[in-house]
Amino acid sequence: MTGNQKEEIRIGVFICDCGSNIAGYLTMQELVDYARTLPNVVFVQENLYTCSESGINEIKQAIPTHNLNRVVVASCTPRTHEPLFQSACEEAALNPYLFEMANIRDQCSWVHMREREKGTERAKHQIAMAVAKAARLRELSRIELGISHRAVVIGGGISGMSAAMALGNMGYEVDLVEKQEKLGGLLNSLNIVLPANEPSSRLLHDLAARISANDKIIVHTSSEVTKAEGYVGNYVVTIREKSAENRVKAGVIIVAIGARALKPEGLFGYNGKSVITHLELEALLKQGAPAAKNVVIVQCVGSRCAERTYCSRICCMTAVKNSILLKEADSRNKVTILYRDMMMYGVENEDMFRKSKELGVRYVAYDPAKLPQVGEDFVKVYHQRMGKEISIPAELVVLSTPLVAQEDAANVSSMLKVPLNENGFFLEGHVKLKPLDFATDGVYLCGSARFPATIREAVSQGLGAASRAAIVLSKEALFTSGIVADINTETCCGCLGCVDVCPYGAIRFVEEKEICQVNKVLCKGCGGCAATCPSESAKLDGFSSEQIYAQIEQAFAS
Amino acid sequence: MRQKPRYVEASRCTACGACAEKCPTKVPNEFNFGLDEHKAIYKDYAQGIPSVYTIDPTHCRIFQGKKCGVCAKTCQAKAIDYEQKEKFVDLNVAAVIISTGYELFDATRISEYGYGRLPNVISALEMERLLSAGGPTKGHLTRPSTIRAEARVRELAKRIKKAETDQDMENLGRFQAELKWLEAQIHKHHTATKLGFIQCVGSRDFRFHKYCSSFCCMHSIKEAIIAKEHEPQTESYIFYMDLRTVGKGFEEYKVRGEKVSGLKYVRGRVAEILEDDEHNPIVYYEDTEERRVKSMTLDMVILATACSAPKGVNPLAEMLGVELDENNFIKTHPNRPLDTSVPGIFSCGCAQGPLDIPESVAQASSAAARAAEVVMTGGLALAM
Repeated sequence: MTGNQKEEIRIGVFICDCGSNIAGYLTMQELVDYARTLPNVVFVQENLYTCSESGINEIKQAIPTHNLNRVVVASCTPRTHEPLFQSACEEAALNPYLFEMANIRDQCSWVHMREREKGTERAKHQIAMAVAKAARLRELSRIELGISHRAVVIGGGISGMSAAMALGNMGYEVDLVEKQEKLGGLLNSLNIVLPANEPSSRLLHDLAARISANDKIIVHTSSEVTKAEGYVGNYVVTIREKSAENRVKAGVIIVAIGARALKPEGLFGYNGKSVITHLELEALLKQGAPAAKNVVIVQCVGSRCAERTYCSRICCMTAVKNSILLKEADSRNKVTILYRDMMMYGVENEDMFRKSKELGVRYVAYDPAKLPQVGEDFVKVYHQRMGKEISIPAELVVLSTPLVAQEDAANVSSMLKVPLNENGFFLEGHVKLKPLDFATDGVYLCGSARFPATIREAVSQGLGAASRAAIVLSKEALFTSGIVADINTETCCGCLGCVDVCPYGAIRFVEEKEICQVNKVLCKGCGGCAATCPSESAKLDGFSSEQIYAQIEQAFAS
Repeated sequence: MRQKPRYVEASRCTACGACAEKCPTKVPNEFNFGLDEHKAIYKDYAQGIPSVYTIDPTHCRIFQGKKCGVCAKTCQAKAIDYEQKEKFVDLNVAAVIISTGYELFDATRISEYGYGRLPNVISALEMERLLSAGGPTKGHLTRPSTIRAEARVRELAKRIKKAETDQDMENLGRFQAELKWLEAQIHKHHTATKLGFIQCVGSRDFRFHKYCSSFCCMHSIKEAIIAKEHEPQTESYIFYMDLRTVGKGFEEYKVRGEKVSGLKYVRGRVAEILEDDEHNPIVYYEDTEERRVKSMTLDMVILATACSAPKGVNPLAEMLGVELDENNFIKTHPNRPLDTSVPGIFSCGCAQGPLDIPESVAQASSAAARAAEVVMTGGLALAM
């Protein structure tokens, strides 16, 4: 920041008609005349459209011609137009942070369409406020950061492998870190995958072979990420491989730690022998079909209940798939699925569901208020559609349990400073629009670590997370915004108020000095810290107290 | 690539809207399913991207050979160009992404539901427009029969005036009687507060689409919750086969819909919809939990219409040489979810089957990754 306090402040004000959007409801000449009377204003211009090419050129010409060192545009919203006007300033060699906007359209002419006089008065106040702030603006600069063009993918299941493969194919170096001794995650425990109808081992083998053939990807098995420091573009990640620790530089980190199947201890007589889980059934099916002739599968065991409120998305498909495999092994096998809602969404799942019915799989809806009772060699269930209790013979009972968060999800969450939801799954930046991002730049998410996912979805999300990460990796350098917070080391008393409110983990407590410090790279300029700080030690550049108080004073000036 | 003319120069238009204000020609608003009107120069909705107006040449007076040109005179940015022509642009690219989306199943094909015949049976997308603050009723759940009645009332007012001037007593009496009845109807049935949502309209139905459209359970629950937030006395019944709340937070949302917003989930397929003489739809359905056939009179019925492959996809697929599945969705392999049958051509979103918003957004990024692999390696990655 350069101090140019002594320099004479020369403000240029550009007032936009926005066609008739503003000029149709406010008296423009009055605004122009008024702006000329404001302190430090040396030039005022009305434009038909300030944002049009000619409007932009008028700004660019006026800056050198009138020796302007501050620019105010009174028009629409900075949300859409500030970058355009800032770059006009920049092109005329004026620091873009010496620019201010007054939104006299959305906040004035549009809401006071039938009150020309009052609206015009209000617009004057808004222009005066912007001018008052502009006079107190300081040059700010964006920090340029170098980038490590390398990625760390945590978790070597299907989604992590897909992410690593995509980044490797794009030419970026990848460290793929897997806790177990081989890649594959949950897929290692599966038998046949539908609808692809191939052994899970073949799918895994293909992908693992392509990964080992890609010289950009380094696979670390029996390894764990134990530490991650830094920020987007510049992480230092510690990988513990067996007993050795390695530190690698990485620009981005992808979280693909997956999920694990719930073990239903104490539920429906689970014993691991005659009452088993799907993973245990898959292990049996790998060795040939189990001897049982009568199989009952129970859905929603430990999910959609008070303890775990969510639907685990993939258990219905797993049950339908295994029912098909049991029927195909021997069509005389009787398979019954006790369910609440069959969640066979989409095209392929519904096809699979129908196929199982064609093969003779029987479906019985049960009421969660009257849970099925598992007996020695039968299951009793209240048949909702018939309105009575029935007993179904069952030598084998299979419980469909949900995927639950990994035990170390909380560790990964605190290590990377990214949040979890109430069920322990990672919480994305926006549930609809940013499903694979976190609020923190440089960290991405895919697969069942986010929420239970099918193979199709896990592959797609892995590729998607790679795509998001490549946005950073493909850049030569990153620029931070000039609008960042700063904490005055002299007056900060280390109360930690700012640390608690910062949503981006950008402020840390420096223990030896007992003060808080802002990491300007992580800071997104929200101003939460500045508003919270009791001693006004935290300030937001571009929105300093001095600037805001000056605006408030103008707002109440007559 | 063919680019259709919009008769407005996009780089000049500032979307100020002065043209539409002055345009003399009113056109039923297709975006709002004809529930209101816009002008012959228009923008679908305020936040549309790109923020540029378009002339509808099938209604604009200039294109109909009549005198006008008001918009060109009004436009201060000089953006109107009646001479604009279709443009053909050649693009040399390494990869193509098909993201052509879906279209709504035509519910008139299910004649027993009366869509298109019964005014108060609408599609879920029409319901979205009614609930939208920027929609034809500004978010108020006015019954479509009332919207029609209000239009008729305006017309009758004019006719009555004319009949009075002409001393046409016979018609005057008739008009006045109709007006009185309509006004009573509007008063009695202005707002729809008893709503029925019918799931799987065209989906999971062997006559039409065998597949499940994936997202309709959630949008019906959402619309019912929003209706209740807007009008607290609203009662909603959701007629379903399975409530497929498979996404993150979806099951919790469904439970909240029942506990907090009082939605009633009724397991049963609706067989037929009729209406009484005040345009109240009556649904006949089997309640499978009580094992009885029942009927219910409602203010309005919302059909969760299926996600259908767009009609234009066949010529596109033929041109690109990509395979479609039996439903006319772009065919992909479950383990290579973005790849079509042609190397270098990828697809994402509902073009390859019904998907909800987060999965579509995730897939869009994935398709971009596959395309980037091709672009960045000069095609070597196609081997993946």
